[in-house]
Amino acid sequence: MSVDLSQFHQVFFEESFEGLDVMESELLDMDPADVDDETVNNIFRAAHSIKGGAGTFGFMPVSEFTHVLETLLDEIRSGKRSMEPRYVDLFLQSVDCLRGMLSDMQDGNDPETERPAELRKEFEVILGMEQESAASENTDADSDEKDHGWLIDVHPHTDLLMTGNEPFRMFRELRELVGEDSFDVTADIDNVPELSSLTPEECIINWQIKVTTSVPLEDIKAIFEWVEDECDLTYSPLTGDADTTADNSTIPDQKAPEEQEQQSQETPEVVAEKAPVIAEAQKAAKPAKAPKKAAESSSIRVSIDKVDSLINMVGELVITQSMLGQLGQDFDLSRLAKLQEGLSQLEQNTRELQESVMKIRMMPISFAFSRFPRLVRDLGGQLGKKVILETIGEQTELDKTVMEKINDPLVHLVRNSMDHGLETTEKRIAAGKSEEGTITLNAYHQGGNIVIEVADDGAGLNEDRILSKAIEKGLVPENNNLTPEEIHNLIFLPGFSTAEAVSDISGRGVGMDVVRRNIQALNGSIEVKSQRNVGSTFIIRLPLTLAILDGQLVKVCEETYIFPLVSIVESIQIHRSSLNHVTGSQYVMQLRDEYIPIVRLDQIFGLRDDKDVVDEMMLVVVEGDNEKIGIVVDDLLGQQQVVIKSLEQNYQKVSGISGATILGDGTVALIIDISSIGKNIVPVKRNQNRSERAA
Amino acid sequence: MEELKKEIVLPEGDIGDEQQYLTFIMSGEEYGVDILAVQEIRGWEEPTLIPNAPSYIRGVINLRGTIVPIMDLRLRFGLDEADYTATTVVIILKFDSDNGERVMGIVVDAVSDVYTIADEDTRRPPELTEDDNSDFIKGLVNVNEKMVILLDVEELLMLRMGMAATPYSIDED
Repeated sequence: MSVDLSQFHQVFFEESFEGLDVMESELLDMDPADVDDETVNNIFRAAHSIKGGAGTFGFMPVSEFTHVLETLLDEIRSGKRSMEPRYVDLFLQSVDCLRGMLSDMQDGNDPETERPAELRKEFEVILGMEQESAASENTDADSDEKDHGWLIDVHPHTDLLMTGNEPFRMFRELRELVGEDSFDVTADIDNVPELSSLTPEECIINWQIKVTTSVPLEDIKAIFEWVEDECDLTYSPLTGDADTTADNSTIPDQKAPEEQEQQSQETPEVVAEKAPVIAEAQKAAKPAKAPKKAAESSSIRVSIDKVDSLINMVGELVITQSMLGQLGQDFDLSRLAKLQEGLSQLEQNTRELQESVMKIRMMPISFAFSRFPRLVRDLGGQLGKKVILETIGEQTELDKTVMEKINDPLVHLVRNSMDHGLETTEKRIAAGKSEEGTITLNAYHQGGNIVIEVADDGAGLNEDRILSKAIEKGLVPENNNLTPEEIHNLIFLPGFSTAEAVSDISGRGVGMDVVRRNIQALNGSIEVKSQRNVGSTFIIRLPLTLAILDGQLVKVCEETYIFPLVSIVESIQIHRSSLNHVTGSQYVMQLRDEYIPIVRLDQIFGLRDDKDVVDEMMLVVVEGDNEKIGIVVDDLLGQQQVVIKSLEQNYQKVSGISGATILGDGTVALIIDISSIGKNIVPVKRNQNRSERAA
Repeated sequence: MEELKKEIVLPEGDIGDEQQYLTFIMSGEEYGVDILAVQEIRGWEEPTLIPNAPSYIRGVINLRGTIVPIMDLRLRFGLDEADYTATTVVIILKFDSDNGERVMGIVVDAVSDVYTIADEDTRRPPELTEDDNSDFIKGLVNVNEKMVILLDVEELLMLRMGMAATPYSIDED
């Protein structure tokens, strides 16, 4: 029986998180007034599997907590009780709480106990109230602290062992629950036959367990839950001195009425106290979770179709390889055509294989979108705004890594749109709009990019306010001729936040510049389109994958470098005389109506002396970190997709370089890091390498 | 590790713990590295420059899809520079660091031999205060009346990491 269960933990966590997602989305879709049985069943099933799994793996806090949740669900499911909005809220809070507990445990920490305990009490209060109103019901959720304990009769059916249940495991669990001292098992071996006629697979022993404890009966029952159908179980309360007889099949709980009275008296207070505590706990819990361990090994689920097509392609590759191998064994020039044909087939196989492998990492964006209904619902409640969330293009696929990193910026944008973008209900009505605001999340593919739009039908950006704010903060000069679009994009500048008051929802110092930086870190871009009283749309463009980059190859001296195509604004030919010197070594150049700083790659990389510079040169204007820079290169080569390789793995971070790649001829080319180029790079006087090599 | 092995060796046993070393020549001296740290030996090929790297980092090459930096050991040790010739070789060394396996190539004049050297035959290097390169030296050993300098691969490949803090302060002299 000593199977190492820990190998299944990861699967359990993943399945549980999926279960929680199911519960969450079902709860959000549910209309408390008209509850569909199937919905409740789905929620119940998800909760039940989490409970079962947690119990099996010994995550008792989770299984205990899920149990109360399940009890309430069961009552709703069986029609004893109807769904109420406050239950939905409570269930949603429980989902959050469970998610927190599970991720704590996944990180190997002990889960927090306060929050579950509070929620559990709320459940118990609800369940307790139910008991009072339907007092005829057999008591189930009876948690009595004055009880002295229970006498449990376990009469297993003979096939108990064959169903894979081990009574001793349950007893052990029970002993852990109540403590060793207050646990006493007596085995009744009257039915045990002679050894010769004994069938070892049959369970013929009955047990009587005496536990002196204040643990609620429910928890005890939970241990035996899996064997309820394979056992006759009777629970009898153990009063102070009386030995209750074993054949007491129902529970004559005389104390119950008084206790329940006591409990119901407490109820209003408990509820009143709980609310603020929970709010605080929620706040406290959030920042604590931020420094989460990132080193967990993650896995992805891949549809079997993708794997099948991969296997097919590998099959083709093997065929091509063997064909080429045969060709190579006795090759003469007459078979050259055949060789070329084989090589082109190989090329095709490789390309297809690359595409399919990339597809494995692709997941529909619905994974990222799925959390927004909840966010919008909660936030709408907090802000007192009626908001409808629309999602379009949820099946659009993008790389898992990109998806994980885009989540926070998206959340920020949606929060922002709800807080600042959408007007209050009164203002909306006054403006002649529908009462409910609409937030639209739209994802689609465009070229090699994925575009995600976050749109609201709110008031739009207030250009005057943005402009005056920007002038006030010294971000733009007072006399400027900015177009409305340029004004809109000012909100991405660092240190810009129009929030009049710092609210909990947005505007706590994390501005749009952080969003923009995060997106740029993914080689993406963000822009905003806005129209007064019609709404604003934030448009995010991202590469489909982080592993491949659309690059512009450039030549500087003998070296080839790669610029991310997404950051290139334009490339122009300039004469040396159009560069102006400012403050010593810094060059600027007037490009139409703005001055842009000029960075000479050959200089900052120490590739050649100033005097070697030719007069005509190529200027690549790039935009990184909100500002344009002109980078002087010798020549523009082609554009191609390059696979990003790490330079840090075997070397170290190099300033101005974001990575390396391998070109078609097998040589290495370095990829320029646009956002750090031109900053903090102290050029060496002259690269020694170069001079040596010339020698 | 080395010391641990030494302790295990029984004092009365006449066969000590042995290791194989690949040796190479630089400026007439013979150096040795633990053969288990050697991944392969390649000919010299022109690497891609890394901007603003120290002079002894010649650049990076593509080693079957991995980006591998190439270090000129002569320059690292402050020896005279030599032209790269037909016998100039690059020894690709690897070792396991905390962040996974690190691979790096070192440029040497020529590969010499493989010796089996007993641990007990190695002598500790004299304390050289004048030279920071002594950190790389694991020990000295006499083979056929010739001295071989045994290098500590990990130290050699990791020492660069200390330099990472000031990657641009290159001594030009």
